[in-house]
Amino acid sequence: MTPLAQLIEAALFAANRPITLEELQTLEPESALADVRTALDELREHYDFDGHSVEVVELAGGYQILTRRAFAEAIERAQIAVRTPRLTAAGMETLAVIAYRQPVGRAEIEEIRGVSAGGVLRSLQERGLIEVVGRSEGLGRPLLYGTTPLFLELLGLRDLGELPRTEEFSVALHTHKPEAADSADAAASVPAES
Amino acid sequence: MTTPSGPTAALGAEPAFVVRLDAFSGPLDLLLHLLREEQIDIADIPIARIADQFLSAIHDLGLNQAADYLEMAGRLVRLKAQMLLPRRDGEEGWEDPRHELVRRLLEYQLVREVAGWLERATERRADQYPRGYLPPPPELPPQPITLDLLELLKAVEKVISEIPSPVLHRVVPRPLDTEGATRRLEAMLAERDEFTWVEALGPRPTIVDVLSTLLALLELAKRGLVTLAQPEAFAPFVIRKERPPAEEPVSPPETALPDPVPPEPADDTARPAD
Repeated sequence: MTPLAQLIEAALFAANRPITLEELQTLEPESALADVRTALDELREHYDFDGHSVEVVELAGGYQILTRRAFAEAIERAQIAVRTPRLTAAGMETLAVIAYRQPVGRAEIEEIRGVSAGGVLRSLQERGLIEVVGRSEGLGRPLLYGTTPLFLELLGLRDLGELPRTEEFSVALHTHKPEAADSADAAASVPAES
Repeated sequence: MTTPSGPTAALGAEPAFVVRLDAFSGPLDLLLHLLREEQIDIADIPIARIADQFLSAIHDLGLNQAADYLEMAGRLVRLKAQMLLPRRDGEEGWEDPRHELVRRLLEYQLVREVAGWLERATERRADQYPRGYLPPPPELPPQPITLDLLELLKAVEKVISEIPSPVLHRVVPRPLDTEGATRRLEAMLAERDEFTWVEALGPRPTIVDVLSTLLALLELAKRGLVTLAQPEAFAPFVIRKERPPAEEPVSPPETALPDPVPPEPADDTARPAD
């Protein structure tokens, strides 16, 4: 491996979160972003072709060394590492609304889910998955929520662009323009799906 | 992640319909479940039947968690009433009152789908472990000391034993014998008209003797029985007998003023005595 690839490997090993390309570049001020990218590829290939049990994964806007999926079960069975605790259904639904509607206020979340959202919002905030990103101009200037990089990390996404578009889901519904015709069409399509 | 199918026990007989509400994440979820159970076409929801089922499902619900469900129940009952209103078929401008409900149900269904996708992505990600990084533990404040009584007493004993024995000054009252000194001076005055301070003190005076003699002298001078005079600075002063009759004006040379100085030699004489 080239010295830069080695340096990057050391840095990713030492880190406890995904490290961005720019951060990796500061390891070696002489290097260009392109050099860092090349070195990352080199490291990735090194892991892939030499039969390593870890890999370089791109997520949450950065890079992180993770164990390969094949070993998850054994690691869990031996209780060597703890699997990330699951979110509740309410938590996931709330995250779903925020991920697609951000910045979004509590009232809208509650309207869509049909339940009060205070407790769920608080626990999502405590887990660092969402944050207050501003205030609405509306009455009372309610807080607006958005997802954090930790949300991307939790889902293993590079960025929000990796979320599937709502049209890709089996419920074909245009939520943003609730015209009668649209929902009627959508309504017709649903039973077929379920 | 269409949960309702799992944890609920939906039976064919309608009255025996058993639903566990905590298995649902809200009234929309319950409603979707009911529709699915009944295999109802969402485009043509039999509101009356669904409303009744919904009400019976939330019947046993504790009020603390019921608010969201009751709101939906109210909505359904209103819809049910609206549906009962007569309408002419093909009437222009008639809007299906169920429309808003259908829109919300579909929107919620979409949220469920997305949540399911997020769940799967999360699970996939959880299959890969990062390094087991543990941040360095923060500096903890010192643990509160836990001691049993015996240990505590030992500690107290140790502390006490380490206290250096205190330096105690014993204060012995040594009252000045001014009266005795006065008598002695009067006796001396009876014999001589003039003598010095050193002579007045007598041999080997103690500090008490010095002070007593000084006070006695000052008292005698005040009473006009003696005059105190110092020939020059730092010289021992001289005590002279004052004649009892007149000549008072002469005595006012209360040269007692330079008195502050005399104690110096007095002190000198006192020191060797110590």
